[in-house]
Amino acid sequence: MRIALFVTCLADTLFPDVGKSTTVLLERLGHQVEFPQAQTCCGQMHVNTGYQREALPLIRRYVDTFERYDVIVAPSGSCVGSIRHQHAMVARRHGDPGLADRAEAVAGRTFELSQLLIDVLGIEDVGAYYPHRVTYHPTCHSLRLLRVGDRPARLLRHVAGLELVDLPDAETCCGFGGTFAIKNADTSTAMLADKMRNVLGTRAEVCTAGDSSCLMHIGGGLSRLRAGVKTVHLAEILASTRDGGETG
Amino acid sequence: MTTFLGLPAPPTAPRGVGHLRGSEPFPVAARRALADSQLRRNLNKATTTIRAKRAAVVAELPDWEELRAAGQAIKAETMRHLDRYLEQLEAQVQARGGTVHWARDAREANQVVTDLVRATGSTEAVKVKSLATDEIGLNDALAAAGITAYETDLAELIIQLGHDRPSHILVPAIHRNRAEIREIFLREMGDADPALTDSPAALAEAARLHLRRKFLSARVGISGANFAVAETGTLCVMESEGNGRMCLTLPQTLITVMGIEKVIPSWADLGVFLQLLPRSSTGERMNPYSSLWTGVTPGDGPQEFHLVLLDNGRTAALADQTGRQALHCIRCSACMNVCPVYERTGGHAYGSVYPGPIGAVLSPLLTGVQDNATLPYASSLCGACYDACPVKIDIPSLLVYLRARHVEEERQDRRLPSAEAVTMAAASWVMADPRRYTAAQRAGQSGRPLGRGGRIRALPPPLSAWTRARDAPAPPARTFRQWWRASGRDRS
Repeated sequence: MRIALFVTCLADTLFPDVGKSTTVLLERLGHQVEFPQAQTCCGQMHVNTGYQREALPLIRRYVDTFERYDVIVAPSGSCVGSIRHQHAMVARRHGDPGLADRAEAVAGRTFELSQLLIDVLGIEDVGAYYPHRVTYHPTCHSLRLLRVGDRPARLLRHVAGLELVDLPDAETCCGFGGTFAIKNADTSTAMLADKMRNVLGTRAEVCTAGDSSCLMHIGGGLSRLRAGVKTVHLAEILASTRDGGETG
Repeated sequence: MTTFLGLPAPPTAPRGVGHLRGSEPFPVAARRALADSQLRRNLNKATTTIRAKRAAVVAELPDWEELRAAGQAIKAETMRHLDRYLEQLEAQVQARGGTVHWARDAREANQVVTDLVRATGSTEAVKVKSLATDEIGLNDALAAAGITAYETDLAELIIQLGHDRPSHILVPAIHRNRAEIREIFLREMGDADPALTDSPAALAEAARLHLRRKFLSARVGISGANFAVAETGTLCVMESEGNGRMCLTLPQTLITVMGIEKVIPSWADLGVFLQLLPRSSTGERMNPYSSLWTGVTPGDGPQEFHLVLLDNGRTAALADQTGRQALHCIRCSACMNVCPVYERTGGHAYGSVYPGPIGAVLSPLLTGVQDNATLPYASSLCGACYDACPVKIDIPSLLVYLRARHVEEERQDRRLPSAEAVTMAAASWVMADPRRYTAAQRAGQSGRPLGRGGRIRALPPPLSAWTRARDAPAPPARTFRQWWRASGRDRS
């Protein structure tokens, strides 16, 4: 299957391994990955901070870039959530119903990674090997906007060597929230403290999730504490194999 | 917005009266609350308990989602024809011996109630279900007129005796624990037994003895209302303690202050909310006391009944096509009990009598966004409130909408854009074009030496707010798109 990758601006710029892993994983499963270079950002930060007018050109760019693909994947529940729940709404509110209709159509073909693997490609065992004790944090937008449910856990349970441990209060927000982490830094940090306490309580070596943004938050806190637990995106775990072939 | 459908825009709740506006921005008030370890512990314990109770009683109903959909539909229908249902309610209440008063705002409502109490010659009133009257600051207005109001709901009594502010719409004293309540009773009640312990039964008994004297002597009762059924003019108050039943039945005169959005069309509709509200609020299948009354019944209960219909910004909220769904709220408090922000900051940080997620949208809608400008941002948009809401108010989308309204109003009001607006516009300009975007990525990579071991420990403002408690990732040697080009995939 030909799959277009929307890598997200965050992974592109700060977490390239997440994009590489998504590419390598899908290629290993026999699919053709394309990376349209005209892509930039979904505009979620602008929309969620109140700057809808400024988000409009980014929404138009996303639609223009990905309209010609049948299947689009992004390694982020949050960005896909924005594409599905905000793009058309913003276009409509700013008097562009034509763009809104096109955005709705493209959004219907845009999938978060675990949804693509299980719902579109029909696969739960991706042949990965990752010999570590791992806990999974269900990010809010993948959980409550996209309803990915236990899909990521099902994928992780099939990973050879991986020991999956439950995260207490898993469904509570880590406190990231985009610009919330800056505007309400103290509250955000208080939420992060509880998330980190729960992660550390599992004695896992790795905390994983389907969003680089939330992992940047949790990982940034763990790193500051020198806690010795790292954050790794779901795509990176699923791309790992026994021969170490991860990101060629 | 100055006009609506060609008419002058409906007024928002006036300044200088009532409790819809805080005295400081949310982040400032939140910082102080976060440092209060006793508060953090009390809130965590209370919200954890009530969350578990709610989850259990909601899970046992096979048709919970259908009930939510019904609640949402009833409220949407009511709002669409609010004028009609309110006039029907008025006609039915008057036909059954009650009197209806229309109050445009807090000042008018306070004046109406004060005049009504004065007319009875009484200088005391007992109160229950005091949320709407707290919104308008009624107790202060009564006190200024020489009338003493006694709160009879246990939690409201704790707040009143402690010279405190409520911090939750259902459990106003949620920020207090048993030991603190005992101290307040001993200090303020005057008639509390010095040997009082902090067991819930002992505290309740002390309150009961204290309040019983007020009930038996009070000639005026003042209440709020959970629902008003338009087809018969019936008012409904749902409560747990029975103090409400005393307030609503013992005094000679009953005055009910109710927001105009509380009307529902019919008794069949009430059946839906009688199921939704207790499970969502206290986590009970049914609340212990549901009092319903219709006008005046000779020889039974209050012989004089006044209903004060309060607008105070509600019509302004109704005029906002996106925001109006906030008026569907039935004040169950499920959203605050599941909110990770509320659980850590408590209700006082919101500055309004309506805290938590619903307060963060309702308060700015009632006052105008400029008067509660930091509230729409007091959320990580995690969405837990939307899932818990018994009438399916999409609070996260409303928060995002109100942020946009705030930014647009700021844009109109300011001659110079804020630093944030400049940054956002620049980011949009960069991101709208892949060449500019790639150039910005390269510029960012020049910051690599800042990082040690791939981590940056300190960044300049405003990003310093991040690095105060969290490391930031250093830019990688190659961005994803640089790797993609180098991988030769596009050539094959």
